[in-house]
Amino acid sequence: MEVYGTKLASRLLLGTSQYPSPAILADAVEAAGSDVVTVSLRRESGVERAGQGFWSLIRSLGVKVLPNTAGCHTVKEAVATAQMAREVFGTPWIKLEVIGNHDTLQPDPFALVEAAGILSRDGFQVFPYTTDDLIVAERLVEAGCQVLMPWGAPIGSGKGLNNRFALRSMRAHFPDVPLVVDAGIGLPSHAADAMELGYDAVLLNTAVAKAGDPVRMAEAFRHAVEAGRLAFEADPMEPRDMAAPSTPVLGTAFRS
Amino acid sequence: MKITVNGETVETGARSLAALLEELGYGGIVVATAVNGDFTPAGRRAEIELKDGDQIEVLAPMQGG
Repeated sequence: MEVYGTKLASRLLLGTSQYPSPAILADAVEAAGSDVVTVSLRRESGVERAGQGFWSLIRSLGVKVLPNTAGCHTVKEAVATAQMAREVFGTPWIKLEVIGNHDTLQPDPFALVEAAGILSRDGFQVFPYTTDDLIVAERLVEAGCQVLMPWGAPIGSGKGLNNRFALRSMRAHFPDVPLVVDAGIGLPSHAADAMELGYDAVLLNTAVAKAGDPVRMAEAFRHAVEAGRLAFEADPMEPRDMAAPSTPVLGTAFRS
Repeated sequence: MKITVNGETVETGARSLAALLEELGYGGIVVATAVNGDFTPAGRRAEIELKDGDQIEVLAPMQGG
């Protein structure tokens, strides 16, 4: 797939949070085969310098980074965080999150569209974390977004694709815009589901990081994403309500 | 003067943002800064004069989803 003119070998984008250890994070990224990982910015102490070791680890993985604006609730916070991320990570890519509700962590679509416009005009390549609403998605494209990242279910919930109808509509409505299901994926079958719907990629974190064996789960997701994509490209059969024999009926024994 | 750095009050004599970062141990490490909610590029830290009550954010790479 290609986003903002950059070709990606893997359709599995992986978050870097909540792993049992930095070594397991590194092994999970390798097992997933991901060439993009998401990162964030947090307050740094001049004494502990916790962020510096993490940044060295990420750079050693040789993957592209997609910084996020997680935790931002206003346009101003999101724009300032994006600008800080661009300087620190040296990339115009930004996973734009503007959260509208504490319980569901769902995007504030109005602030999201506004921030996407400001950042796009400032030269950012915006990856908006959005809902599955078609009109919001249209506004995001008009604001300059060349990729859309609708949620499958609330962040960290692991519930899979809550609204397959809406996600299917979005795929049909934006045949040429790269679409990534971001958030809510809990199992490899959920990821395969998204890929079978024709989504270009999935972005997940908790499902791998919080598995009992994150490295093995990362590998499972790699296979699921590849399988789902192959299935989509193979043009699946249409489901039907009644049985249809798969074995030829002609020449069946004991029938007059 | 008193300023706020990452939510904590700091008493400092530093006149510029660059001097403040050096004083608090951020010298030579990768951070991004904001003053009163606005991004402040690294190249401008030396010319940013601090005022009493300024709110400074000093951020670094961290795990994210």
